[in-house]
Amino acid sequence: MNLFASAIDWILDPANYVGLNAIPLRIGQHLVFSLVTVLIASAIAIPLGYLIGHTGRGRGLAVTTSGGLRAIPTLGLLTLVALWVGIGVVAPYVALTVLAIPPILAGAYTGFEAIDRRTVDAARAVGMSELQIVRKVEVPLGLPLLIGGLRSATLQVIATATLAAYVADLGLGRYLFSGLKTRDYAEMLGGSILVILLALALEGIFALIQRFVVPRGVSGRLDTAPTLRTGSPTAAR
Amino acid sequence: MFTITRGRLALVSAVAVGAVVALAGCASGDPLDEGNSSADSETLVVGSQDYYSNEIIAEIYAQALENGGFTVDRQFRIGQREAYLPEIESGSIDVFPEYSGSLLQALEADAAGGSPDEVYTALEAALPDGLTVLDQADAADQNSWTVTQAFADTYGLTDIASLTEVTEPITVGGNSELETRPYGPTALKEKYGIEIAGFTPVEDSGGPLTVKALVDNKIQLANIYTADPNIESNNLVALDDPDNLFFPDNVVPLVSDKVDASAAEILNAVSAALDTDTLVALNAQSVNDQAAADTIATEWLTAEGLI
Repeated sequence: MNLFASAIDWILDPANYVGLNAIPLRIGQHLVFSLVTVLIASAIAIPLGYLIGHTGRGRGLAVTTSGGLRAIPTLGLLTLVALWVGIGVVAPYVALTVLAIPPILAGAYTGFEAIDRRTVDAARAVGMSELQIVRKVEVPLGLPLLIGGLRSATLQVIATATLAAYVADLGLGRYLFSGLKTRDYAEMLGGSILVILLALALEGIFALIQRFVVPRGVSGRLDTAPTLRTGSPTAAR
Repeated sequence: MFTITRGRLALVSAVAVGAVVALAGCASGDPLDEGNSSADSETLVVGSQDYYSNEIIAEIYAQALENGGFTVDRQFRIGQREAYLPEIESGSIDVFPEYSGSLLQALEADAAGGSPDEVYTALEAALPDGLTVLDQADAADQNSWTVTQAFADTYGLTDIASLTEVTEPITVGGNSELETRPYGPTALKEKYGIEIAGFTPVEDSGGPLTVKALVDNKIQLANIYTADPNIESNNLVALDDPDNLFFPDNVVPLVSDKVDASAAEILNAVSAALDTDTLVALNAQSVNDQAAADTIATEWLTAEGLI
């Protein structure tokens, strides 16, 4: 408990709010780094996942590959990439993107796969083109699972982005490494607490988003009277 | 709907497996606890730093002791000095390859430097009760401020003080604890007036990432150990240190009371045979040939006729 108290003291110490190692600066770096990583991973994984989910092709390959990606130790990959491109932010970006791709990819294609085939067939039957089916039926209906994937990816990236400090002057990981090596456990625990708080905050935000992206008519909130006005296939259920 | 159910099931199984793995991780907890409980009077616990060269020396000690009839419990790769020193002081570890100057500075922050023998004498006095150092080896593996040959040529660098001649900004790279070490960037500024533009953390203790950063000119000044074979193979220069900014760091076995006269004799014989060139050669087998510490140790001990 004593250590915990000193960690809180460390977080509240005004001396840790000035200069190049200030807590708000490190939190900002950590957050920007994590969000950019998730964006890059999304740009790769979402289109790919949608393609797999819509066509139903390449699913086996995607499952195997993303399973393989999940098994790669991030620190090992980080070191390997850093030996190739040098120290700095590039290696952490690559390593963490690899970490973030599998959950987003899975969220994207399972989102499509979870849709009742009859819904998609109905959309096709009313004359929607394949692109319209994707845009108007599959994407909105698959959104909750995709957000779930993004949520899990963000959580993993926030927690693992501490590794960026292994090769770059970046993020909350700096406190963990320097605290560990100099036996300053208040700093180390304080840094960890900040990472946890950041992860929880983003979890909260994603939980909210996940509630709001559920299209009307598919959620458990059916009692809120789905409108039939649009005649959209989603309301047919 | 079937897909969703299956997805849920997979999720539940994944969580369950994750929990089991996490719990298993907790159960194996602190590796030193095990060492404590299994240690009896005949078992000597040999530890090593989280540094490949230190592990090779520890393995040499361990194999030499085993050859002398002792039972050895290896607790290697424990961490940096801050992490393992309390374990040695508490008696959990009996034999540890140490470096005289760095150990002295860890025990006495305001210790004076000097020649290897002066540091050794000071170290003997500084050790807490129950701990002793055996004979020190000629082999030294010191901290150094290292630059590339090209950088040294550009500014005519020879020793640390000559870094004041450098006109471009100098970025220092190394483990994050380097920032607060007594020979760190602050000391460079206060002692020599060398302006350090920035500090880049590279947390591999002067390993391949640090060397690459130096060669790539992403950092200009790095803390690399003098027995590192990378210095030669990458055309680096360890700057001379005439003022003993770095303490002499000769390899010395730090031992507990459980190490008796016959064990001490074995370790002293090892130290007598170990010089810096030998150490660099042993390190090179690890770095360049990727040989395992136990193989390197066995080969060397056999060649020296120690086992």
